[in-house]
Amino acid sequence: MSTFTDFLAEPIAKRTLMACLMIGFANGFVSAFVVLRKDALKIGTLSHSLLPGIALAVLIGGLTQWSALAGAIFAALIVGLGSIFLSRTSRLDQDTAMGVLYTTAFAGGVLILKNLDMRQKLDEWLFGSIVGMADSDLWIAFGISAIAVITLTALQRPLLIYLFEPNIAASLGVPVRLLNYATFAVTILVLISSLQAVGCILSVGLMVAPAATVYLLTNNARTLFWGGGIIGAVGSVAAFFLSYPLGWSVSATIIVVLGVFFVIAYVFSPKYGLFSRRRGVA
Amino acid sequence: MSAAVPHVHTKEHVCWGGGCEHTQHHRLEVVDLSVQYQEVRALEKINFATECGRSMALIGPNGAGKSTLLKSLAGLIPGGGGKILWRGKPLTRSSHEIAYLPQRGDVDWNFPITVRGLVEMGRYPNLGWWRQYSRHDEEIVERALKSMELCDLEDRQISALSGGQQQRAFIARALAQEAHVLLLDEPFTGLDKPAQENLSRLFKELTAEGRLLIASHHDLQTVAGNFDDVLLIRRHQIAFGPVAEVFTPSNIASAYGNSEPRTE
Repeated sequence: MSTFTDFLAEPIAKRTLMACLMIGFANGFVSAFVVLRKDALKIGTLSHSLLPGIALAVLIGGLTQWSALAGAIFAALIVGLGSIFLSRTSRLDQDTAMGVLYTTAFAGGVLILKNLDMRQKLDEWLFGSIVGMADSDLWIAFGISAIAVITLTALQRPLLIYLFEPNIAASLGVPVRLLNYATFAVTILVLISSLQAVGCILSVGLMVAPAATVYLLTNNARTLFWGGGIIGAVGSVAAFFLSYPLGWSVSATIIVVLGVFFVIAYVFSPKYGLFSRRRGVA
Repeated sequence: MSAAVPHVHTKEHVCWGGGCEHTQHHRLEVVDLSVQYQEVRALEKINFATECGRSMALIGPNGAGKSTLLKSLAGLIPGGGGKILWRGKPLTRSSHEIAYLPQRGDVDWNFPITVRGLVEMGRYPNLGWWRQYSRHDEEIVERALKSMELCDLEDRQISALSGGQQQRAFIARALAQEAHVLLLDEPFTGLDKPAQENLSRLFKELTAEGRLLIASHHDLQTVAGNFDDVLLIRRHQIAFGPVAEVFTPSNIASAYGNSEPRTE
């Protein structure tokens, strides 16, 4: 065990731990929004769409945090707006259009990254690289987490009404369109941080599982946000401590730990668990 | 037009939370309202006028535009033709005075919120994004819960309610909003007999308090017992007036005739 405590004293371990804490919390917090919006699959689509954008940005501007960020936003917009455009100008529905667009884009991204001789990078974008974060990465992760938590907290009152029933929200004067844009921006930002932590294939897990777990435990939507954040952070930190002695990848371990939390809640939740008597009634 | 609606203001309008002055009758007037979805004309030249203290049934076959009309009145469908005048002024955006209550089937009842939380949503027009939830807001929510007999259920998650209780929770939300006009989409649908009778009694209390109720409705047998006026539509207007006068077999037949609703 002494090697583990030695490892913990290293700067890289501290940075990884910090990253797990911040990214886990931010993603868990935002997962409440994703779960209430019933948007889990769309998040999967978006996260896969980011890869080609990042690949293109790397191709054009070289690899920096900012080029990756710009590429990611660009790709998300192209696939998001492109699917709306396709569905309006053909007989396809938006889900179908999105399914075609994002897989094509994703495959293109894989090809670009491979041909750039960036096999290593490709792996990192696919499966995450939370261990290799530099100080600047940490600052960006911190900034993203702060923006996400502050924005969603500030907008919580109108947002919850909107998520409950958009028509009621609009009739009460909730600025529905503004909320749509703001939450889309936050979602993209947080996705980018989760992409770095667990990669684009597993990022859906980090952005859904925490609040999905809390959803089985609470009747309070506000608890869903903070509880999701706490579950996300605790799960990620626990995964960090588990992964070293077991020799597992931190990224994959995060998702597995969150999955285990979810199963525990599913089985043992006092109100909505498998063994709950009120299940089906409540 | 004003002659079309008899003045039946027997009671002062109850407007919770101050602002009780009512120098004029609260009149809702709809002039030549038309709504077009893409290439489909959903509503064509709807005209009626009513006022607080009355209840009105919207009657027509599926696809006749009942929900569209309710949404237009709630300000949810911008860009329609014609005018909606509320208290003499054009209704251009949402107002706390007009509450929209969707069909129960359109709502996610698993949403993690309690009855009280749902009713508190009605305070949003007063609170905005950040204003502190005050004692005054609290009192209004209490009153809304009490008048809809929901006090014992206030901590329940909303799916743990019966259909009638869910409908009452929606109405309580509208009351917390201090709404004068309640637009209800099929409020009686899916309720058992006792719950229907209970809701019917509540309707009468709400109109007696001076509120205007407009509800889409499909049970032709219960129109006369629940509503003062009726608007028969089938994309275009068939008839409007007091139930006793216009809810006639011939008008009903032209609303529900064998052919598809008129589409031109």
